[in-house]
Order: sequence, then structure tokens, then C-alpha cells
Amino acid sequence: MTHDHDHGDHDHDHHNHHNHDHAPAHTGFQPDLKEPTEEWEFLEIAVRELLIEKGVITAREIEDKLEEWDGKSPEGGTRIVARAWTDAAFKARLLADGNAAVGEMGFEVPGLKLVVLENTPDVHHMVVCTLCSCYPRTILGLPPLWYKSKEYRSRAVREPRAILAEFGTAVPATREIRVVDSTADCRFLVLPERPAGTDAWSPDRLAQLVTRDSMIGTAVALNVEGVRA
Amino acid sequence: MAARFKSGDRVIVREAYPPGHIRTPVYLRGKRGTIVRDFGAWPNPEELAYGKSGLPAKTNYWVRFAMDDVWSGQGTYGGRDCVVAEIYEHWLEPDPARETGVAP
Repeated sequence: MTHDHDHGDHDHDHHNHHNHDHAPAHTGFQPDLKEPTEEWEFLEIAVRELLIEKGVITAREIEDKLEEWDGKSPEGGTRIVARAWTDAAFKARLLADGNAAVGEMGFEVPGLKLVVLENTPDVHHMVVCTLCSCYPRTILGLPPLWYKSKEYRSRAVREPRAILAEFGTAVPATREIRVVDSTADCRFLVLPERPAGTDAWSPDRLAQLVTRDSMIGTAVALNVEGVRA
Repeated sequence: MAARFKSGDRVIVREAYPPGHIRTPVYLRGKRGTIVRDFGAWPNPEELAYGKSGLPAKTNYWVRFAMDDVWSGQGTYGGRDCVVAEIYEHWLEPDPARETGVAP
């Protein structure tokens, strides 16, 4: 009960703070950081402050972890895809056991099963997490904001062709669209089709054509001229 | 422990609405699908979320749902389009209305 009481006080204090100390009303513009309003936001703040106050973790450690994650990018994924395009044996291993194959290149997807989805002339995969924001973060970095939006999460499984059209991605009507809902312990990486006219290209050069969205499946790889196909 | 279903088996997702960290999306509950892959047994994430062991481990299946079976035509999709989702075995029942063992 003590905990509940404390939490209620925290909530109450915060509202007082909001109303009387620095109310952002009438500023005429959208503040960069909105005031927390949801119960889970207050809960996160309360837990974070308690962990720091009780010496479990430090504010510096939280900041370091945020910087570590913010520093990740889809670049690792682009190298994995480019190697799969140029090394048939690697591609076969990647499709058979994603974790082991990316491990050869120094990447890890700890505690989860990495499943690689090959896009072909017959099937186009598009990944969504309707429940939250599951994403192969150690390979692609943090997901884009739209991936976490309620709009994408709710529409991707119901009107994937409308979503793809909004992304400017043309998928032939004859091709199957397989929407992959990442609901549990797998993480999914789309292996886009290799662009035509790149037969003699090196992996490094090919990696420049692999975009983040092409590895989520809302886009295809850039074309031989480096522009959206 | 032997997996309950095999690739090609027709299944129905249980139509239940328990509270908690449930990994089966609401839009798939009560829907008919086909097992396409067995991802192996994992500690049950619906129990891990509450500090329990999640044991015994449950088999996580990849289940394919035809768009028409999910949305009954109310969506923007092609006739061959589908949703595939990871569904844990305790959410699946055999579909008595359809033959089993037919590859999708």
C-alpha cells in the first residue's frame, strides 16, 4: 500500500508542477518534449528515478545506453544483404540459420531467432509488429517512428497494398504479399531482390543500394542508378 | 517433447481474451490458419513477462492466414496475399472443418 500511496503523491506533485511552475500554455509553438500525460509515462519516470535514487543504476549509465542505441544504424544489415547477393553459399546459410550466418560477420541477435525472408518475383515480404515494436535492432538499429505508429501497425496487416502505394513501392498485382507479423521470439530481416544491372558490382558498392525500408519490406532496393525503383 | 502440429496442419486460433502480456494479436483470435513452420520450443513469453520461468517451454509456430480468412474482403489486398504470425501452441487448436497435411 505504501508503494501505491507514494505513486499517487508523485502523480499529484507532477500535476501541481505542471499547473503552477512552468505551464507551457500560450507559447504559440509545439514544445520539443511534451509533458508526460499517460499513466505508463509516469510509471517509467517513477521507476527510473527510484532506480537512480537507490543506487541500482546511475543516470550516466542510462545516458550511455541511450547513446549506444542511438548510435546504431541499418549499415550492418546492408552488408549482410550485399554479401548474400554475392555469395550463394552464405545466402543459403543465412536463409537456413540467420543467427549463425550473421554471427560469421560479427553480428548477434541474442536470445531471439533471426529469420531471413527472401523477396522473389513470386513473393514480397513486409514486416510489422502489431503488438509493439519488435525489430532486429542489433542489425538495423532502432526502428523508424512510423514502424511504431498505431497507423502502420494496424493498417499493415489489413491493407498492405495501400501502405506500399503510400511508400511509393510498386508490387505487381500477381505477386503474393506476405505480411509478417513479428509477434513473439523471432526477428525478421527482409532480403530484398538484387537490382538488375549490378552483376559485376562489389559487395561494398551493392550495400549502397540497400535501404533500411527495403529490409523491412516497405520498399525495394535502389536501382542501378541509386534511386528508388 | 514432440510438437503437437506439423507443417501443413490446419488450425484455429483460440478465441479467448485473457489479460496480460499476450503474444497472440486480437485480430487473429478465432481465425483459421495453416502451420508453415515450427520455430522450436521457447520459455512461454506470456509468463516470462511476470518473472516466472515460462517452463515447460512451448512450441512457437509460424502460422499463415489468408487475408480473406482474416478480413472477409474488408481490406486492400490481393487474392494470394496473406499474414504470417508467430503463434504459441497453447493458442492453437486443430481445425476440424478442414483436412490436415495439405501443404499450403
